[in-house]
Amino acid sequence: MKILIEHGRVIDPASGRDERSDVAIADGRIVAIGRAVDFDAERRIDAAGCIVMPGLVDLAVRLREPGHEHEGMLHSELKAAAAGGVTSLVCPPDTDPPLDEPGLVEMLKFRARKLSSCRLFPLGALTRGLKGDALTEMAHLSEAGCIGFSQADHAVRDTNLLMRALQYAATFGHTVWLRPQDAWLSTGVAASGAVATRLGLSTVPVAAETVALHTIVELVRATGARVHLCRLSSAAGVDLVRRAKAEGVPITADVNVHSLHLTDVDIGYFNADMRLSPPLRQQADRDALRRALADGTIDALVSDHNPVADDAKNLPFAEAEPGASAVELLLSLALKWGQDDGVDLARTLARVTSEPARVLGASLGAHAASAGRLIEGGVADLCVLDPSHTWPVTRESLLSQGKHTPFDFTATGTALPGRVRLTVLAGGVSHEAPAS
Amino acid sequence: MLSRRNPQLNAHGELIHLLSIEGLPRDVLTQILDTAGTFLSVNDRDVKKVPLLRGKSVFNLFFENSTRTRTTFEIAAKRLSADVINLDIARSSTAKGETLLDTIANLSAMHADMFVVRHGESGAPHLIARHCAAHVVNAGDGRHAHPTQGLLDMYAIRHYKRDFSQLTVAIVGDIVHSRVARSDIHALTTLGVPEVRVVGPRTLVPGDLRAMGVRVCHDMAEGMRGADVIIMLRLQNERMTGAMLPSAAEFAKTFGLTPDKLALAKPDAIVMHPGPINRGVEIDSSVADGQASVILPQVTFGIAVRMAVMSIIAGNEA
Repeated sequence: MKILIEHGRVIDPASGRDERSDVAIADGRIVAIGRAVDFDAERRIDAAGCIVMPGLVDLAVRLREPGHEHEGMLHSELKAAAAGGVTSLVCPPDTDPPLDEPGLVEMLKFRARKLSSCRLFPLGALTRGLKGDALTEMAHLSEAGCIGFSQADHAVRDTNLLMRALQYAATFGHTVWLRPQDAWLSTGVAASGAVATRLGLSTVPVAAETVALHTIVELVRATGARVHLCRLSSAAGVDLVRRAKAEGVPITADVNVHSLHLTDVDIGYFNADMRLSPPLRQQADRDALRRALADGTIDALVSDHNPVADDAKNLPFAEAEPGASAVELLLSLALKWGQDDGVDLARTLARVTSEPARVLGASLGAHAASAGRLIEGGVADLCVLDPSHTWPVTRESLLSQGKHTPFDFTATGTALPGRVRLTVLAGGVSHEAPAS
Repeated sequence: MLSRRNPQLNAHGELIHLLSIEGLPRDVLTQILDTAGTFLSVNDRDVKKVPLLRGKSVFNLFFENSTRTRTTFEIAAKRLSADVINLDIARSSTAKGETLLDTIANLSAMHADMFVVRHGESGAPHLIARHCAAHVVNAGDGRHAHPTQGLLDMYAIRHYKRDFSQLTVAIVGDIVHSRVARSDIHALTTLGVPEVRVVGPRTLVPGDLRAMGVRVCHDMAEGMRGADVIIMLRLQNERMTGAMLPSAAEFAKTFGLTPDKLALAKPDAIVMHPGPINRGVEIDSSVADGQASVILPQVTFGIAVRMAVMSIIAGNEA
C-alpha cells in the first residue's frame, strides 16, 4: 500500500532531521521525505500537530510464550507493542522452556512474522536451561535468529563458566547480555534502605549490582567479548559503567522505565505493583540513572515489559511475581523523563529509537541500516505521535494481557504525556488508535 | 503517588484495622492504653466478661505457628463475649493450592466480623484488609509488625515508668528480623521517648535503622548505660549459627543480658521480653527471674491491650 503521511513534524534523531514534512511510503519502504507532489497515495494521513518518528526499538519485552500463556500471549503482547509505537523488540530467553533450542526460536520468529505487529529479535539462552552450567549451541541459535545471548534474570553463579561463555561468544562476535546481579546478594525482594528496613522486607544491597559489574568488566577486559548490561539500578553501578566506558571497555547499558521514574518510597503500604526486578532504589539512584541516560552513559531506555496475571500479584509483597506491563508506556515515559529533566526532544527520542538500534548494531543484519531511523530508501518502520495528548493509564486502556503497572492512574492520579496515533511496520499499518 | 491514606484509619481518623503502629497518631495509641487500663480490672473480676463484642465472630487466622499470642487473643475475644473461631491454617490451605485471598473470601462468606491474622510474609494483613469488609488485627506479619505486642510493651512501660518523655529504652538482639522491634520503635518514638537504642552485632542491627529515629549501638555496654527500660528480643533458633552469628554461646557472651551488664543500666531499670525466652542465650535466668524482670506482667497486660484493640476497632465503621 502507498501511504502518505502529511503535515507532520518529522524527527529522525540519528540524522538530526527535525522539520515539517511529508513522508511517502511504498512497497514497505520510505520513498521520500519532503514534499511528495507526484505521489499517488492510496491512503493519506493528516499528521498535523503530530510527530512522525522512527518506530521504537525496545530492548526488553517479555511475551510470556512459550510457557506463561496465562500471563501473556504473542498475539496480545505484540499488539501491545505496536500500540506503544514499537516496531522492533528484543525478547529475553526466560520462557518455559527457555530459548536454548533452535526449534523454539524458529517457531517464535515464524509466529511473530505471521502476526505482523512487530519485528521480533530473540535473545538465546547463554546456558542450557539458563541453569548456568553448560553453554548453548550459539552458532545454531544464531542461525535460527538469535541476536545475542543472555541469562535473563538468572544470575550466573560460576565465574569460570561466565568467563568461558564470554570467550566462546566473542569467538563468533556475539554480544552477551547480562544483568549485573550477584547471585548470592540478590535474593531479597526490595532494595536495601530505610523503606525495606521499615517494612520488614528482605533486601538486595547495591553491592549485588556493583560486585557483578566489577566481575563482568574484568572478564570483558580479559576476553574482549562485547557485553550489553541490562537494567542498571544504582548510582554506584552507573559510576562503574561510566568509568569502564571512558577506558574503552566494549560495553553498552540500559535502564528500565520503572527505575527511571520510581523509588522504593512508592512501595507505600506493600503495593505489589511495585514488586519489580531490579528492585526500586532510592532518590539518589534514580537521579543518577536519569543523568546517565541523558549523558549517554546509559545507551537505551527499555520497557522491561513483563505481563503478570492478577493471581500472581494479589499476594503478599514478597510472594508476588515481579514485573509490570510497560511496552505501551515506553514512549510516554521517555517523554515524561525528557520534559521533567529538560532533555531536548531529539535526544529523548533517540534513547528509544536510534540508540537501542546502535546497541543491536550488526546483529540486526539487513535491518541494521534502517532500524530506529527514518531515511529515504529505508524500511518504513515508524510511528505518528500526538505529543499534546495525555492519557490516564487504566486496566481498560492496556492491550497487554497483563494489567499491572505502577503508573495506573487510579494509583498515581497522573496522566502520561503523548499517545501513539499510528504505527507503521514495513509499510503497513500495525496499529491505529481509535479516533478520539 | 496517591492513595497514601493510612489504611488503618477511616475518613474520620478512627482506627478500623490494626496493621502497624507506624503512622498512628499519639492520641490513638493513648486511647488504646487508657482503654486497656479499664479492662485490666475485668480480668480481676469473678465473672471475667463484658458484652462489647456479643454476637460478633472473631476468626483467629494463624498461618504461622503460635501458642501464646493466639491464646491471649482468644482469651481477649472471649472476655469481650465474642464467638471465637480458631483456624490453625499454618500453610495447610496454601499447601492445598488455595490462595490467601480465597481463604479470606470463604471465611468472609461465613460472616466474619474480625480477622486476627498472623502470617509469615510482611504485608499480608495489609493485603487482607484491602480485600475484605471485616476488621483486621495484625498478630504478627513476617519481619514487619506485631502491633499488639508493641502496645502491650508500651502499657508495661507506662505502668512502671509513668512518663515516656524522660526515658532511655534499649532494644537488644536480632532487630533486623524482628517485627516486635519495629512495632516497639514506632510506638516509643510516637509516644515521645527521647532515646531509643537498638543494640546488637552489625549483622542483626544494620545502620539503615537510624532512619527509624533510633540510636544504633554495636556495643552492649554503650547500649545498657543509663537505660531505664531494656527489651530483650528472642533469638530464633535458625539464626543462632550461620552467616548472622557464629553461635548461641558467643551471642550470650557478647549481647546476652547478664547481671553485670544489667548493672550498667539505671538501678530501677525494668527488663522486658516478648517471650518465649531462651534462658542462657539472650537472657540469663537470674535476670529473667530477677527483681527487674516484668516479663510475666507483660503477658497479663497483653490480654487487656488486645481487648482494648478489638473493642475499639469493632466500634468504628470503615
